Amino acid sequence: MEAYLDNSATTKVYSDVCDKMREAMEVQYANPSSLHIKGVEAEGYIKEAKEIIANTLKVQEKEIFFTSGGTESNNLAIIGTALANKRKGMHIITSSIEHPSVSNPMEYLKELGFSITYLPVDKEGCVKLDKLEEAITDKTILISIMHVNNEIGSVQPLEEISKIIKKKNPNTLFHVDGIQGYGKYMIRPKKMGVDMYSVSGHKIHGPKGIGFLYVSEKVKIKPILFGGEQQKGLRSGTENIPGIVGLCVAARKGYENFDEKINYVYELRQYFVYQLEQMDGVTINGMKQGEGAPHIVSASFDGVRSEVLLHSLEDRGIYVSAGSACSSNKPAISSTLKSIGVKKELLDSTIRFSFGHFTTKEELEYTLQVLNELLPMLRKYRRM
Amino acid sequence: MTFQSFLIKYAEIGIKGKNRYLFEDALVRQIKFALENVEGQFNVTKAAGRIYVNAESNYDYDEVITALKRVFGIVWICPVVQLPDEGFDVLKGKVLEYIDEVYENKNFTFKVESRRSRKNYPMVSQEINMELGGAILEKFEGTKVDVHNPEVRLRIEVREQFINVYSKEIQGPGGMPIGTNGKAMLLLSGGIDSPVAGYMIAKRGVTIEATYFHAPPYTSERAKQKVVDLAKLVAKYSGPIKLNIVNFTDIQLYIYDKCPHDELTIIMRRYMMKIAETLAKKSGAIGLITGESIGQVASQTLQSLAATNEVCTLPVYRPLIGFDKQEIVEVAEKINTYETSIQPFEDCCTIFVAKHPVTKPNINVIKSSEQRLSEKIEELIKVALETVEVIECK
Repeated sequence: MEAYLDNSATTKVYSDVCDKMREAMEVQYANPSSLHIKGVEAEGYIKEAKEIIANTLKVQEKEIFFTSGGTESNNLAIIGTALANKRKGMHIITSSIEHPSVSNPMEYLKELGFSITYLPVDKEGCVKLDKLEEAITDKTILISIMHVNNEIGSVQPLEEISKIIKKKNPNTLFHVDGIQGYGKYMIRPKKMGVDMYSVSGHKIHGPKGIGFLYVSEKVKIKPILFGGEQQKGLRSGTENIPGIVGLCVAARKGYENFDEKINYVYELRQYFVYQLEQMDGVTINGMKQGEGAPHIVSASFDGVRSEVLLHSLEDRGIYVSAGSACSSNKPAISSTLKSIGVKKELLDSTIRFSFGHFTTKEELEYTLQVLNELLPMLRKYRRM
Repeated sequence: MTFQSFLIKYAEIGIKGKNRYLFEDALVRQIKFALENVEGQFNVTKAAGRIYVNAESNYDYDEVITALKRVFGIVWICPVVQLPDEGFDVLKGKVLEYIDEVYENKNFTFKVESRRSRKNYPMVSQEINMELGGAILEKFEGTKVDVHNPEVRLRIEVREQFINVYSKEIQGPGGMPIGTNGKAMLLLSGGIDSPVAGYMIAKRGVTIEATYFHAPPYTSERAKQKVVDLAKLVAKYSGPIKLNIVNFTDIQLYIYDKCPHDELTIIMRRYMMKIAETLAKKSGAIGLITGESIGQVASQTLQSLAATNEVCTLPVYRPLIGFDKQEIVEVAEKINTYETSIQPFEDCCTIFVAKHPVTKPNINVIKSSEQRLSEKIEELIKVALETVEVIECK
């Protein structure tokens, strides 16, 4: 049996997505900027995609900008607004559990002279709101906080955060890295007070190499790529039509029968966490049952090295991540796990299981059974 | 001006007496192999104590030089311009053009050295030397003749079909052509040292086969891929390497169960040597190669080396034995294996390593510990040998 439980790293593409992308490559392959009819037809795909995607967020079509994926969306949002607003102040706030595609642009801005505040989180991985309030000044131009943490699945209270921001400094922009949140939650940026929201295609059963950034029309932002002035000059480069089409289909499908789909994944998670908790020497990291994201389970296995457990599971057809696999395949110790105070001896013993729409209960039953077989053996042979 | 030909000079193999043709043939074969993946058509010929690589189509100069610089046995590579005989004045013009293009800085001392194998050429060598030398001095003011120790030796060879002009000499790797000195089995890990050890022995003309010990799930598929990548990098010099991948997990866990933990690494390495030797004998290799260097880690003290050596009957070649780490790294960088070697994947020697492994193992103590393995170890070794995965790396 095979169990793919690494959906936060990437997901399997819906077959409808493939079909539509194939059409965009083989039939409507023209350049959307071309003046002839084939170009116009290709442009039609972009329009349709913007309409459908904007509708999932209840925002305007002109507020959707396609990028090459989550990393670029985050870079554009952070660097683009920092450079456009630096005359108002050079202070930016973020959290200490962000993905490297947020924290590394921050470090880059620091080199350019911006000052960056990293907010601590509590042991469930939630940003400390009192610290946030303290940190905001009249020089704060941007706050970037992720929606769902990719390693432990903790969810930030976006509405509360935005209320605090607007109270202290109404001019401060609020960017949310929604790469693990889109498709898992109903997102209403306007209502929630979110000015920018980053999304990646391949985390929602869409293709790799495509994503989008929602940018509220009020936001002052500059491009970080320069060229043919496509997408109103904010993101030059011939539009990746196959990717856009695929992303659009994935977004539409993801939000069809949304409650039903999400409850299904939640139930899987509940079952899995409950069963894990029955085992000896297993700690679940992050938020309590029902509060964290529906698709991520971070568990530490006492006395087992995560890499060894990962490869043992792999041997039985079960695919998971050690810490966060998304950023690189280097076995580095995760800063998120450190930030939430995971015990030192468990840092290197943590596995992330992540679910998607294709995950089944049988896969989880099989995984639990294999874990029960493997753990005693792996605990017997350990490094001295 | 394009170089249509490369003259290959070799030193050491030139003095091998009656066996000389064997060495030359091996060198020709290795040059052909090195050029297999280079774009273009090449003809490699052996003539009168020289090897020529003639380009028979368009080619990329740098790509050819890179490929030839990896062929053991080559001492110098001389790019040659071949000119048809259209009279001496044309030759003179072309030679001046050659100097102009090849030497950006025209302040140098030089000497013209001509040879005629076509004896009916209207000028004798001495006349050619003087005429061309004079023309060069006249055209390029910064040049000076030095017949004893010139910076540039301009060679003119009047041959049957062409006149060869060359002066540049690019250093080759030296050594001896692969296939002239038998075959040896390299114990290849994912580290920095063992690929360098393989390279150094291959440089002396030895064909390399390799063995890697894989310990899933303790070592990953990526660790294995890294070793395959390293074997391919070494193969650019040594020619194709047959890589034997031995699944070592059960043996390792069995040792872990039965033996004192501080002796684990030594005992494990003794079994690795045994298995590698069995594989070596099976494929006709007559030596083992390791990347060990004295004192680098606990298992490489003289006592530890003696303990691991003791299980083998084949000679074990350790070309890095007197090298410091930095010296090894320098070679690894030169042969382009360093970056691959430092990828952070665990290898099977470190997964269960004790905090304080023995550094001066007593062979009798080790042997008595191994007694505890007598029940199952032969069977485990047999299974490991039966399940070897072989990957052809080139």
